[in-house]
Amino acid sequence: MLLRHTSKEVKEREGLTINPAKTCQPIGAMYAALGIHGCLPHSHGSQGCCSYHRSTLTRHYKEPVMAATSSFTEGASVFGGQANLLAAIETIFSVYEPDIIAVHSTCLSETIGDDLQQITRKARDDGKIPEGKHVIFASTPSFIGSHVTGYSNMLTGIAEQFAVSTGAKKNQINIIAGWMEPSDMREIKLLSKKLGIKIVLFPDTSDVLDAPQTGKHVFYPKGGTTVSELQSTGDSLFSLALGSISAEPAAIALEKKCKVGFETLDIPIGLTATDRFIMKMSEVANVSVPDEITEERGRLVDVMADMEQYFYGKRVALFGDPDQLLPLTEFLLDLNMKPVHIVSGTPGQRFEKQMRQLLDQRSPETNFRNGLQADMFLLHQWMKNDPVDLLIGNTYGKYMARDEDVPFIRFGFPILDRIGHSYFPNVGYSGSLRLVEKILSALMDRQDRDALEEKFELVM
Amino acid sequence: MEQITILEGRQKQIFEKKTGVEQLDISCDTSSLSGSVSQRACVFCGSRVVLYPVADALHLVHGPIGCAAYTWDIRGAVSSGPELHRLSFSTDLQEMDVIYGGEKKLYHSLIELIEQYKPKAAFIYSTCIVGLIGDDIEAVCRKVAKETGIPVLPVHSEGFKGTKKDGYKAACHALMKLIGTGSTENISKYSINILGEFNLAGEAWIIRKYYEKMGIEVVSTLTGDGRIDAVRRAHGASLNVVQCSGSMTWLAKEMEQKYGIPYIRVSYFGIEDMSKSLYDVAKHFPERTDIMEAAKQVVSEEVKELYPSLQKFKKALTGKKAAIYVGGAFKTFSLIKALRSIGMSVVLAGSQTGNKDDYARLKEMCDEGTVIVDDSNPVELSKFILEKEADLLIGGVKERPIAFKLGIGFCDHNHERKIPLAGFVGMYNFALEVYQSVMSPVWQFAPRKGVKI
Repeated sequence: MLLRHTSKEVKEREGLTINPAKTCQPIGAMYAALGIHGCLPHSHGSQGCCSYHRSTLTRHYKEPVMAATSSFTEGASVFGGQANLLAAIETIFSVYEPDIIAVHSTCLSETIGDDLQQITRKARDDGKIPEGKHVIFASTPSFIGSHVTGYSNMLTGIAEQFAVSTGAKKNQINIIAGWMEPSDMREIKLLSKKLGIKIVLFPDTSDVLDAPQTGKHVFYPKGGTTVSELQSTGDSLFSLALGSISAEPAAIALEKKCKVGFETLDIPIGLTATDRFIMKMSEVANVSVPDEITEERGRLVDVMADMEQYFYGKRVALFGDPDQLLPLTEFLLDLNMKPVHIVSGTPGQRFEKQMRQLLDQRSPETNFRNGLQADMFLLHQWMKNDPVDLLIGNTYGKYMARDEDVPFIRFGFPILDRIGHSYFPNVGYSGSLRLVEKILSALMDRQDRDALEEKFELVM
Repeated sequence: MEQITILEGRQKQIFEKKTGVEQLDISCDTSSLSGSVSQRACVFCGSRVVLYPVADALHLVHGPIGCAAYTWDIRGAVSSGPELHRLSFSTDLQEMDVIYGGEKKLYHSLIELIEQYKPKAAFIYSTCIVGLIGDDIEAVCRKVAKETGIPVLPVHSEGFKGTKKDGYKAACHALMKLIGTGSTENISKYSINILGEFNLAGEAWIIRKYYEKMGIEVVSTLTGDGRIDAVRRAHGASLNVVQCSGSMTWLAKEMEQKYGIPYIRVSYFGIEDMSKSLYDVAKHFPERTDIMEAAKQVVSEEVKELYPSLQKFKKALTGKKAAIYVGGAFKTFSLIKALRSIGMSVVLAGSQTGNKDDYARLKEMCDEGTVIVDDSNPVELSKFILEKEADLLIGGVKERPIAFKLGIGFCDHNHERKIPLAGFVGMYNFALEVYQSVMSPVWQFAPRKGVKI
C-alpha cells in the first residue's frame, strides 16, 4: 500500500507538511485571469512556476493553457525583475497580441522586492502598453495563503483595475464567482437567464477551459468576461460575491472604488445554498422565481426524499477549499449524512469561524482543521482512527481511498484522473442533483460489491 | 492559411533544413526570452525529476508549498519496493520564515521525518526563495546527518539559477556524494551502471533484464527504481551506460574522472538503437565473446517476435508525418529512427534543452524541409504542425491538448507515458500507441488542421 507510511498516532508537527491539501497562490491567479477574455496570464518569476501551473491546469482541464513568464535568471534575482517584466510586456504585446496581460508575482519576485504597481506604471509611461490594451497585476507570493487566496487577489486586482463608475447606473448585477469550474459558471449564467436577470459574471472560464475541438489552436478562446463588461461592473446595481474567501475581497474593492453595494453568499452547492442564491437574486433584481426553477428544486428534493434511507448516518471525510467545503458540508448535513473529518490547507480565521459555526450548530463532534499542517497526512490519520464510509476531495484523495478501501468522490481542484468537472456543474439544483447521484452511486456500488449473496439486492 | 509570426529574438532558435542554405548555427543553451510562452521548466524541476525515482530516500522540498505540491507523484517512476518517494514533504515556508529564515523549520522537519520513516538517505531541495533568504542548508544537512547517521544531501536547485539542465547537474552533484561510499565487494568485472533511465512504466526493468540475459551485472540504475545502497556502490561497475544524455552525462564524466569508469551513450528507443545499446556494452568486454553472442541472441529473439507485429502498423502509417517536441535532443534522434521504421517521416524536430552538437546531428539526420526548433512555444508548434501537415505530435503534458485541438494524433514521450516505450517491447507499444492515435476514428468527426469537415 502506497500510504502504509501513514502512522495512526497523531502528533503535532513542527512546521512540516506532508501531502498538502493546498497549493500556492500564483496558480489561482493564473486560473482567475484565464476567465477574462483575451487575457494572457503572466507569471513574474522563474520559468518553472509558469510551467508547473500550466501543466497542472492542463492536466485538470485537458485543454491548452497559455501563460507567459518573466523567465528570471540569476541576474534578475540580484538586480530586480523590472527589466525582465518590461521586456516581457513588450514581447507579449507584439507577438501574442492579448488585450490584457494579467501579471502575478511569485515568492521570488516578492522577496527581491519587485513592485508590480510601479513596474506596470513604468511600462505605461514608457509607452510599452499599446493604446486600448491593459496590464493588470496582483501580488501573490507563494509563502502566503494558498491557491484560493491567489485567485481572490487576482479577482480583486481585476475589479480594482477595470471597474469604472460613470455615474449612470446599469440595470445589471455583478456576480463574482468564487473558485468554481467552467461548468459551474455556465450554470450560474443559465440560472440567471431563467430568472431573467442581466448579470456580469467574472471571471468566466466557460468557453475558455472547456473549448470545443475546432481543428485550430485558438490562443484566446471565445469565452471570458470582456473588458467592457468588466468596466461596466462599476455601474451595476449590486454585486453578489459567491464565496467569502475567494470572491468577497473583489466585491469589497468594487464597493470601495465604485460604491456598488454587495452581499456575500456561499457558492450555491447543495439545496439550501442554492435556495439562498436564488432568493437573493430574485430579491436584488426584484423578479419572481419562475416555475422552471421551482420545479428544478422540486426534482432535487424529490430524489433526496426517495433515497433518504441510503444517506442516513453515512460518515464522510472531506478536504478541499474553503468556499466549496462550507456549502458542501451543509449539503451533507441536509442529506442526513455525517461529516466526520474536514481538512483544508487554506489558512484563515474567517473560514475557520464560519465552519466552526456551522459545525457547532449541527455537528459539534466533527474534526476540523485548516491552515498549517492541515494536510492529507493528518486527514488520513484521522480516518485511520475514526473510519468513514465516503471520502470527498481532489484526485490526491485516491491514495487514502485505496489505502482505507473507502468509496471516493472526486470534488475540487485538481482532478487529474477523471473528466466531467469541466462539463457538469456542482452548483445550482441540477448540480446538486448530480452530486446526489454521485454520492449515491459511490455508496450503492460499494454496498453491491460487499453484499453477501443473499443480501445482494435487485431493487435499491 | 493564417500567417503566424515568430517571436522576435527567436529566429536563431529555429532552422529549416534546405540544401544550398548556410550551415546550421542554431542558438541554444540560452535562457528563454522574457515574455515567451515557453514550454520549459526550472532548475528545481530538473533536479526533482532526476532524483525522484530513488524510492527509499526522503525527498524534502524546502520552500513554499507549490514546489512540493506540483511535483507530488507526477512521474510514473515505478518502484519494486519502497514508495517513500511518492509522498510529498514540504517545509511550507511562510512569510515569517522568509523574514527570519527557515533553517529551524528545516531542521525540525528533517528530524521528524527521519525518525518516522527511517529513510536510507535524504535529499533536501532548495527552491528559489531559499537561495534568496540565505538559509545555510549545507550546515543544517551536516548537523542532521551527524545526529541521525544517514547521508543528508542538499540539492542546490534554486529555480532561477539556470535552466532545467543545471538542475540535472545539481542532482548529479548530490548523487556523486553518495557514490563511492558503499562496498564494491563481489561486484563482477562484467558489470555496468544504467544511467539516465528512470523506470517510467517499468522501463528500467526491461532494459535490466536484457543486460542480465547477456551475463552482465547491473550494479545500479540511476535513478529508476533507485536504492541508496545501490547508488553508494555504483563506483564498482566497469562501465557506465548513459541514456537521456542531458541529465546524466555530467555524472558519467565525473565518475570517469574520479573512478576511471568509462561511459558510452545509448538509447533504448527503437529497434536500431536498442540493439546497438546491447552490442555496445558487449563490445566493451571483448575478451568475453559469449557476451556478444548472448547480445545477438537477445536481439534476434526479440526482433523475430517484434518485426512481424510491426508490419500492420507500418502499412497503415506509411507516408504519415510526425512532429517531435521533447525535453532532450538525444531522444529525438531515436524517435526519428523509430518513426522511420514504421514508415513515418519527421517534419518538425525540437527539444527544450538540446545543445549545439545535438542540433548539428539532428540536422544531419533530418530530411530536407524538416524544421528544427530549440525551446519552442505553442504558437510556433501550431504553426509548423499546420504548415507541414503533421499527423502526429510527440511531446509532453502541455503539448497534448494542442495536438488534439488541431485534430492530429499524439504520443506522450514524457513523464505521462502509461506503457513502457523502451526496449523491443517498448517499440511495439510505441507503434501501437502511434497507430491508435493517428488512425483513431475520432478524427472523422473532428475538423482537422483547421479544415472544416
